[in-house]
Amino acid sequence: MEGKGEDMFFLSNGHISPVWYSVLAHAGFFDKKELGTFRQINSRLQGHPATEEDLPGIRVASGSLGQGLSVSIGAALSKKLDKDDSLVYTLMGDGEQQEGQVWEAVMFAGSKKVDNLIATIDYNGQQIDGPTDEVNPLGDLKAKYEAFGWEVITSDGNDLEGLAAAFDKAKALTGKGKPVLNLMTTVMGKGVDFMEGTHKWHGIAPNDEQLADALNQLEETLGDY
Amino acid sequence: MATKYTFTEKKDTRSGFGDGLTELGRTHPNVVALCADLVGSLKMADFIKENPERFIQTGIAEANMMGIAAGLATAGKIPFTGTFANFSTGRVYDQIRQSIAYSEKNVKVCASHAGVTLGEDGATHQILEDMGMMKMLPNFTVINPCDYNQTKAATIAIADYEGPVYLRFGRPKWPIFTDPNQKFEIGKALKLIEGTDVTIFATGHLVWKAIEAEAILQEQGISAEVINIHTIKPLDEQAILASVAKTGCAVSAEEHQMAGGLGESIASTLARNEPKPLEMVAVNDQFGESGKPEELLDKYGLSTENIVEKAKKAIQRKNS
Repeated sequence: MEGKGEDMFFLSNGHISPVWYSVLAHAGFFDKKELGTFRQINSRLQGHPATEEDLPGIRVASGSLGQGLSVSIGAALSKKLDKDDSLVYTLMGDGEQQEGQVWEAVMFAGSKKVDNLIATIDYNGQQIDGPTDEVNPLGDLKAKYEAFGWEVITSDGNDLEGLAAAFDKAKALTGKGKPVLNLMTTVMGKGVDFMEGTHKWHGIAPNDEQLADALNQLEETLGDY
Repeated sequence: MATKYTFTEKKDTRSGFGDGLTELGRTHPNVVALCADLVGSLKMADFIKENPERFIQTGIAEANMMGIAAGLATAGKIPFTGTFANFSTGRVYDQIRQSIAYSEKNVKVCASHAGVTLGEDGATHQILEDMGMMKMLPNFTVINPCDYNQTKAATIAIADYEGPVYLRFGRPKWPIFTDPNQKFEIGKALKLIEGTDVTIFATGHLVWKAIEAEAILQEQGISAEVINIHTIKPLDEQAILASVAKTGCAVSAEEHQMAGGLGESIASTLARNEPKPLEMVAVNDQFGESGKPEELLDKYGLSTENIVEKAKKAIQRKNS
């Protein structure tokens, strides 16, 4: 839990829990078989991540948006106090940038030079009520974060090799007096023609037929979904 | 009027917090303090002077402060957040609920200027709903000490308790009447005065008022038991039931809304076990206003005389 001497990750946009649980299971935090209990009664895989069930890898509950960056700052400050040079990572949604607390945290991290922190925004341009540009446009996020004292890099989240390179770059930028933002552009539903670029699958599961169709269209499905 | 407890000095309970925190800074290397632009009001200057690296000034950004505290606790620190009670609870309820309570974080939410005795700033700052909000949160312990010494002892005690705590204290200078060397036991009611006709359960600043009320009742031939409930949750139900079994009726006294307050917790305890007449001294569904602490306590029905009157009413109901 305390993450001493190791990098820590906090998920702020808790509604992408299915992705996170899959990553944790594939990374060996718990058995992949448990993924089938997601959202069911007595499961450790709550609809939104929770600590109460002691699911390995989950350090804080998230779901009510805008809180993860603040929590990550706390963990990062603790590492500084402990002279622990490992890093703290967090992932936020783009719609989540509409929450006021995010900007309290962005201001703090910039002005207090929390430079052992790498935040990523999943910039897919969609939120529940529609395109982010229609709901409440985010404007120039890169310029906004830079104005708050952050180092900002951009990446294509649908290009895994490019993304790995972006994180290498982000890591190289830590320890220089500025928190680092990876503004990661993604296409929601990438690779599945009926899901791509629409907000309609935000919180909806495909039926069996749609699932088969989607898996057939994806080059890589890890073979065990 | 001869009260059974006396005092030679008055001091604000927030100074008890500040001095307790300073002591923790010397004894507990994992204690970290946070403040949202109210260092002077929370009396945190000495801690900061002695431990500048363990102090985090967030500026006027309480939501961020609660999140940072949750992150510090995740990484093994014992964070103490300091701001006014209003900004420690209502303003950041969801942050506390998700990132601290539900996430089981060892954060101490320390809240000053609670209640109407905040005085002149008026109702925007005089929160009277905080204990109700905080006691409803699963995992949370809620403590409302009564004087400088008890607040200092409580501040020190909660550092050694693993889990989220809401510690509520106030602004005005108030009589110091508890033992300076007391050991604070979370969840344990303290019997201050033995009595047989009625029990007065009091918390926070109104404990002193209850002591004064007992003296007046004594002059009138009424024997009141006075019990200090410093821990609102977990409530010492055993002590409450044992006292009321003896006296047969009770009064609760608190600087809080009646809805969600100590009185309601006691009423629930009595109703679920052994119902007895209970009268409540609390603010009745109103916001406060600007004024001097004593003027406000009088106007909002939280005075010594109000406790005396309610005690007599409880006895009358018991005997009718």
